[in-house]
Amino acid sequence: MYDAVYPFLIEPFAKMWTDMPLFFAETVISGVMAGVMYSLVALGFVLIYKASGIFNFAQGVLALFAALTLTGIMDNFGAPGWLAIILTVAIMFGLAWLIQKLVFNHLINQEPIILFMATLGLAYFLEGAGDIMWGSDVKVVNLGIPQGASQWLLDGPGLYVEKLEIVAAVTAAILVTALTIFFQKTRIGRALRAVADDHQAAMSVGISLEKIWIVVWAVAGLVALVAGIMWGTKSGVQFSLSLIALKALPVLILGGFTSVPGAIVGGLIIGVGEKIAEVYWGPALGGAIENWFAYMLALAFLLFRPQGLFGEKIIERV
Amino acid sequence: MAALEQPTPQPEVLLAVEDVTLSFGGVQAIKNVSFDIHKGEIRAIIGPNGAGKTSMLNVINGFYHPQQGTIWFKGVERSEMRPYVAASQGVSRTFQNIALFRGMSTLDNIMTGRVTKMNKNIFWQALHLGPARAEEIEHRAKVEEVIDFLEIQHIRRTPVGRLPYGLQKRVELARALAAEPELLLLDEPMAGMNLEEKEDMSRFVLDVNEQFGTTIALIEHDMAVVMDLSTRVVVLDHGELIADGTPDEVSANQKVIDAYLGVAHD
Amino acid sequence: MFYRETGQYRTDYASDQQILNLPQDKWAMALLLAVAFLVVPLLINDYWANAILLPFLIYSMAALGLNILTGYCGQVSLGTGGFMAVGAYAAYKLMTAFPGLDLTIVVLFAGFVTAAVGTVFGLPSLRIKGFYLAVATLAAQFFLVWLFNKVPWFFNYSATGMISAPARTAFGLEVSGPQAPIWAKYLFCLTLVTVFALIAKNITRGRIGRMWMAIRDMDIAAELIGVRPLWSKLSAFAVSSFYVGMAGAMLFAVWLGAVEPTEAFGITVSFNVLFMVIIGGLGSILGSFLGAGFLVLLPILLKSVLVGGLAMTVATAKHVELVLLGSLIILFLIAEPHGLNRLWQITKEKLRLWPFPY
Repeated sequence: MYDAVYPFLIEPFAKMWTDMPLFFAETVISGVMAGVMYSLVALGFVLIYKASGIFNFAQGVLALFAALTLTGIMDNFGAPGWLAIILTVAIMFGLAWLIQKLVFNHLINQEPIILFMATLGLAYFLEGAGDIMWGSDVKVVNLGIPQGASQWLLDGPGLYVEKLEIVAAVTAAILVTALTIFFQKTRIGRALRAVADDHQAAMSVGISLEKIWIVVWAVAGLVALVAGIMWGTKSGVQFSLSLIALKALPVLILGGFTSVPGAIVGGLIIGVGEKIAEVYWGPALGGAIENWFAYMLALAFLLFRPQGLFGEKIIERV
Repeated sequence: MAALEQPTPQPEVLLAVEDVTLSFGGVQAIKNVSFDIHKGEIRAIIGPNGAGKTSMLNVINGFYHPQQGTIWFKGVERSEMRPYVAASQGVSRTFQNIALFRGMSTLDNIMTGRVTKMNKNIFWQALHLGPARAEEIEHRAKVEEVIDFLEIQHIRRTPVGRLPYGLQKRVELARALAAEPELLLLDEPMAGMNLEEKEDMSRFVLDVNEQFGTTIALIEHDMAVVMDLSTRVVVLDHGELIADGTPDEVSANQKVIDAYLGVAHD
Repeated sequence: MFYRETGQYRTDYASDQQILNLPQDKWAMALLLAVAFLVVPLLINDYWANAILLPFLIYSMAALGLNILTGYCGQVSLGTGGFMAVGAYAAYKLMTAFPGLDLTIVVLFAGFVTAAVGTVFGLPSLRIKGFYLAVATLAAQFFLVWLFNKVPWFFNYSATGMISAPARTAFGLEVSGPQAPIWAKYLFCLTLVTVFALIAKNITRGRIGRMWMAIRDMDIAAELIGVRPLWSKLSAFAVSSFYVGMAGAMLFAVWLGAVEPTEAFGITVSFNVLFMVIIGGLGSILGSFLGAGFLVLLPILLKSVLVGGLAMTVATAKHVELVLLGSLIILFLIAEPHGLNRLWQITKEKLRLWPFPY
């Protein structure tokens, strides 16, 4: 058994590691960076799922919508970057309020699958609305985020690393830290954790579910904006940006739907795993395996831990 | 110990639990418990909250697998077994928190109880002809007997989610009875009922025992009910067996009185 | 009102277990079938068949399949598009390998192949539940579409990577290929869908259907009363995939004639079929048809209003259509989360009681 799988599964890594350590390191680093981006989207999912049990498929489209709005404001009204960001944040908060008031307030106590389908409807709506408002041509994010290879790393150890990816990783780290502090230290954060634990109990101590849900959607919108800026800078703001939601899903099942650390670790595992697989096994399998590899990887993990890496253990009782 | 000088013949043992220990992580839910259930009796399992009663039922019908100990059913030893196997061998049960299939009608719920008795394959079912159709009708007749027995004719077509609590409990009993069990496990069948409903349910339990000769193991908190219904009583406390005997013996037992009145454990 | 069962007694269990046990219902169904089989084929034209009737029938078949899995057995699947692709490619390989084979056999066989594939991808359902499973089925979706794009054997090494359906017959009638008469295509699909809808009804109202529903409503209790979870879930995956595979085969061979996997069987298709099932009504055979009808007609209506009525450009109309479709779906979920089937039940109930309110 071991002999059979060794040449395919293990040998390429061992060889790369010894023959081309730099290339191997580059692959891993770019995997980590991609993973950070996936984590950003997954974070938005986790927040909403934790607080309201809604499996929010619109998270990817939310990122697209945020990026479209940002570029739209900058291109059409010539607003400077910082102003555009503030305006977009305001719009995302308004959107969160509208989503809660117009959609989910009317769907309280519905089956999870109904809520899921409603977010799909929301995704259609936002995708169409974004295109109608700002046009469907590919846009460029001009926030002055540095691009190209990091000269410093290229000159030093000779590693090729995109500056943008470094910025994204740092931003994501700051965002996650900020969110953690927000949830651990503030009153709203505590209320949110209470809601995540038990809706009824939270209501009975005087927490307004509606208010919490609006906050959660607003935070998800904020996370979506950050994700939208990073992905938009990398590959332009266009429809395909909404497909990053599909990238974040395997991260979610790997990390557990309710776990913030899970979203981050899961993102890193998927990011690195995918890059390595693409480089080493992609050619043998005919390429373009990144669409499904992450899912298979997550599935393999799931078979051993059905609740995800960090999900709460399911105890069955009657 | 003295009261066991009953005349022969020895009662037939339907189920015996020997030295069973069950733990979840570090928590021991059941510690070295042994007892048996005679064919045809109503055996009550009582004890304070958290005594391990429901866990014991779960062990009996194969939902939990004990770390230690053996279970003998109809003279055959079994330890590791999936619940549906236990069900097909004649163990059926009701649940502490109602576990009906909420999306289905009363009739369909009870028909599902006969799932282990039906076996016509999917091709006959697809056509709804021949054996599959005959099977449906034959089992429908059996189910209607149970419906008559428990007096729930009027709610036959109602989705069970819409029924009041007391009736849901009765439908659950009907579902368990539809399987024509040899051993029926009832987990707090009268919890949350008013006096009248309790009386109805007690009557049904006695009737089941007398008319069908079904052996019953019953968890119940209402002591009056337990004393009236049961042949013998097992008392568990903190996962340990503290008494086993007739209702009178048990209610006179000092350990039982302590457990119920809450004498401090050392 | 004439829709009332008063005075109609059923005196044995056999008649009580009929699907339609009111004579009124029987007559209505007979009339519907007579129109569908005898009148429509005489009036049919290319537009009606290709834009409405064929997609309606084929998506009904797919929705039936998904409803068996999601509506009856409670396992959410987002892999419908991938499984339809399996059906389509199985049909293609059979049609090209055995030119003489009757297309009915081809479609059925495509169903069996898909059932096997579906069962394999259903295996994780034994360990994982709910949305974890839903996301896991996306693995099937992406993997299968990738597979049919990448492995040339599946598309017979054609240069474009597309597959196109050669002319084949069913019961002596030509039903695939560009020359096939449109009424023959319609009748072929209609017959298959009618027969398999009846079969789905029969399976779901019998022992197997009850086992699925028991697993859906409370899987632990189901297991404790004797339902085997492994067998129930896998059989639901198999039967469901069988239907979805047939739908894929029909979609390729009869309706579109030529397909490219990413386009025809992408994730959008999976979502659309799921919408059909939800909007039609989970756990309802009739609902599968209503949902398919609704989602086939809605975009056509929207497009004709937007492009025809309001003279928008096609590109703008596309976006407005998305916005409207999204809003309508949300509105619908808010108004009637149990789907069109529930609306129909309520209507029947009202008719029965009319003219009294209750």
